[in-house]
Amino acid sequence: MPRAREPRELPGKLIAVEGLDGSGKSTQIYLVKRWLELEGYKVFFTEWNSSLLVKRSTKKGKKRHLLTPTTFALIHCTDFADRYERQILPMLQAGYIVVADRYIYTAFARDAARGCDRQWIRRLYSYARHPDVTFLFDVPLTVALKRISTGRFELKFYEAGMDMGLAKDPFESFQIFQGRVYDEYQHMLDEFGFVRLDATRAPGLQQREVRELLQKHISLPRYRWKIQPWGLPR
Amino acid sequence: MGTATVTSKRFYGKGLPNVDPSLLKGKLIVIEGADGSGRSTQITLLRNWLERLGYPTAEIGLKRSTLVGSELEEVKRGNILSPLTFSLFYATDFADQLENIIIPALRADFIVLADRYIYTLMARDIVRGVDPGWVNEMYSIALVPDAVFYLKVSPQELAERNFRKNGLLDYWESGMDIQRSGDMFDCFTRYQRRMQKLFLAMQRIYGFEIINANRSPQPISRDLSAKIEPLLGLQLARPEPILATS
Repeated sequence: MPRAREPRELPGKLIAVEGLDGSGKSTQIYLVKRWLELEGYKVFFTEWNSSLLVKRSTKKGKKRHLLTPTTFALIHCTDFADRYERQILPMLQAGYIVVADRYIYTAFARDAARGCDRQWIRRLYSYARHPDVTFLFDVPLTVALKRISTGRFELKFYEAGMDMGLAKDPFESFQIFQGRVYDEYQHMLDEFGFVRLDATRAPGLQQREVRELLQKHISLPRYRWKIQPWGLPR
Repeated sequence: MGTATVTSKRFYGKGLPNVDPSLLKGKLIVIEGADGSGRSTQITLLRNWLERLGYPTAEIGLKRSTLVGSELEEVKRGNILSPLTFSLFYATDFADQLENIIIPALRADFIVLADRYIYTLMARDIVRGVDPGWVNEMYSIALVPDAVFYLKVSPQELAERNFRKNGLLDYWESGMDIQRSGDMFDCFTRYQRRMQKLFLAMQRIYGFEIINANRSPQPISRDLSAKIEPLLGLQLARPEPILATS
């Protein structure tokens, strides 16, 4: 039940990655997931904002620019609650390694950057347990922005923080907004004990470090399939 | 509550970003009560009365937001959301109306009539096992209304009114999602009794006016308008029949 959860030990493990758009975190977490599944571990991968139920409202809100900072926060929290209760938590109870591309800290960072009260947001998400390990892929703002501007053509309205009227130009607005998000992440480093990784380095190097850290934090053999699912090379 | 004239608005908690409550001039009047308590009838009567007096009004209610109203209606048809997700979905619906209807209307000095407010939402969440502290904190974004009236009707009378109106009892208003006993009538009365208990507990915290709504619409309406008059700064003198139960 959604009472404030005591940090009860669950059989599974939760690994999350956080970072700015353009920090390379999705690439890294994808490689982590591939590594774990190819090694024969029980892995479940989950992304931010992917629950089917609430998706239609979120989509409508974004398309028609209906969202305010508060409703933006609430609708994403609704979406996450659905995913958390139906996938993440059961998987953890079933002894999976759950790998999350973005987690509640993404909401903490974005919603605070939009002006929502930090305590209010943290309380809103208090039903969700904190990960066993959270990696923050840290790149200077300028690097992240440069990666985004060369890799993508168009910024979406809310992604660019256009709802706050920070600037007329989407890219300029995005820069200001991402700057705020960056500051929020930096504050959360200590607050939540993130493992900070230098994400300016070569992807291969970063991945090696991530894997070493995971082997240190989690006793992986416990999560090996007892019976190998059909088709896995091993 | 119920007699103050010029009070500045405030939020229950830190409120909403970018909203200065001192700029909100209108009045926020909330009518709470179960289905069949006569809420919508009373709101219609209040609206007629206010508009005849020349006051502009606006209305809000549950599941009426542009953002998630129709989606909420849809998920209610199948029992597929957990209490927590439901709770957050309803909060989104509320926040959307708070920001897009209530606040602009109050800024423009309208009288906002709320067909239910956060109290129903909180009570529903709490009977379904959601942590009360958490619910409270979530709704700290809400504005404190100028008056809240709870239309109290006995569960037996409520059931009869629902039968008369719809020929059946509503699944959610019977709390069928949280009760295992098959008998719908028992479920309905048990659920309604629990909701009333919660409302009475909330009454001590939030100071509602409890209105005996086991009566016909007219005397209830007279009670309500007599209690609302002082809020409007009207000079109308009208005898106040004292019929409230509490």
